[in-house]
Amino acid sequence: MSKPVIATTSLAGCFGCHMSILDIDDRILELIELVEFNKSPIDDIKKFTKKCDIGLIEGGCCNSENVHVLKDFREHCKILVSVGECAIMGGLPAMRNGIPIKECLDEAYLNGPTVVGNTEKIVPNDPELPILLNKVYPCHEVVKIDYYLPGCPPRADLIWDALTALITGNEMKLPYEVVKFD
Amino acid sequence: MNKIVKFSIDGVECLATRGQFVVDAAKENGIYIPTLCNYPGVKPKGGCRICTVKINGKLMTACTSPVSEGMQIENNANEINEIRKAIVELLFVEGNHFCPACEKSGNCELQALAYRFHVMAPRFPFSFPIRKVDASHPKIIKEQNRCVLCKRCIRAIKDYKGRSIFAYSKRGNRVEVGVDSKLGKELTDELAQKAMDICPVGSILVKEKGFYQPIGTRKYDKNPIGSDIENLVVSKP
Repeated sequence: MSKPVIATTSLAGCFGCHMSILDIDDRILELIELVEFNKSPIDDIKKFTKKCDIGLIEGGCCNSENVHVLKDFREHCKILVSVGECAIMGGLPAMRNGIPIKECLDEAYLNGPTVVGNTEKIVPNDPELPILLNKVYPCHEVVKIDYYLPGCPPRADLIWDALTALITGNEMKLPYEVVKFD
Repeated sequence: MNKIVKFSIDGVECLATRGQFVVDAAKENGIYIPTLCNYPGVKPKGGCRICTVKINGKLMTACTSPVSEGMQIENNANEINEIRKAIVELLFVEGNHFCPACEKSGNCELQALAYRFHVMAPRFPFSFPIRKVDASHPKIIKEQNRCVLCKRCIRAIKDYKGRSIFAYSKRGNRVEVGVDSKLGKELTDELAQKAMDICPVGSILVKEKGFYQPIGTRKYDKNPIGSDIENLVVSKP
């Protein structure tokens, strides 16, 4: 039997959840015995080359590109897992949800204290750039998500527990100490 | 009249003083009934409905119902826990609860209830309401994004004349808790700290006092909310 295929991505996240995946330490050797990675920043495969079994999503949707990638993942993965608070509830990026988008952009590119040299007062508007959404959306409000691993980041033990449970078909243990929202 | 009454919770026979509220009576018998707006020593409100139990087959709030002889209470049943879980999830989507950025994370009762009921993600859509942080008071910050309107601070924090220092303002879904504009100056350092401690979420914060407890040592890092009651050795009279 071929190995289960895993894909991962970071949408509007900080890559902390991916760091937490690496935090499984030497169990990563066990993991590469158990699974094969496809599209993921871990192996730098940019495009899906086959159907995957498990997709791990870090981060919520803050722009059109995030939505595109997320839908691509839904299409290519049998099981989608929201990993971390940003994927589950928008997380820190969603703290902009109460602020009008123009105010955010003006603060970032025109009026902010760290803005230097933008003499022409340009807010980036190249058509190549993804368009910001009106607010940051949790992944399950955009596509169907099958499982959730909360945490900021989710504890490495939780990710390990969830992955091994999904791969082996066993039930997750979810001990109290590892399921945390921070 | 006999002062001690016999009743049962989930089939376990319990004893309590007549007129005691079900939550307190259960606690004395080593049974935890989850609560959020209730606070020991403060007049119960029955607002959050987390303590919903089935008393003689009827859903009621345990924090406002007095025990009586022969009461049959259902507490730890799937049906009831599902209702409680839904309430916790509703509270999460109703406000802006960004746990990773919250000073109270780890000591927050709402979060602890979510842990207890295994909330992985709320089933309801997030509302992301637009709310303000009120830092106008010299001693405290009132973070309206996190307020669950439990009214604990209004009921418990009083000045020397017994007047509430916190008060509701506005109406309907815009209602918020703030410091009374006239009584605000009566908020001593001790009362400010008490207000922060009594707030079940991170909505009342004493200024310049965030994140002072390392992760791993906070109240609900290792032990679920209610485990102190459940692990209590009960001495029956």
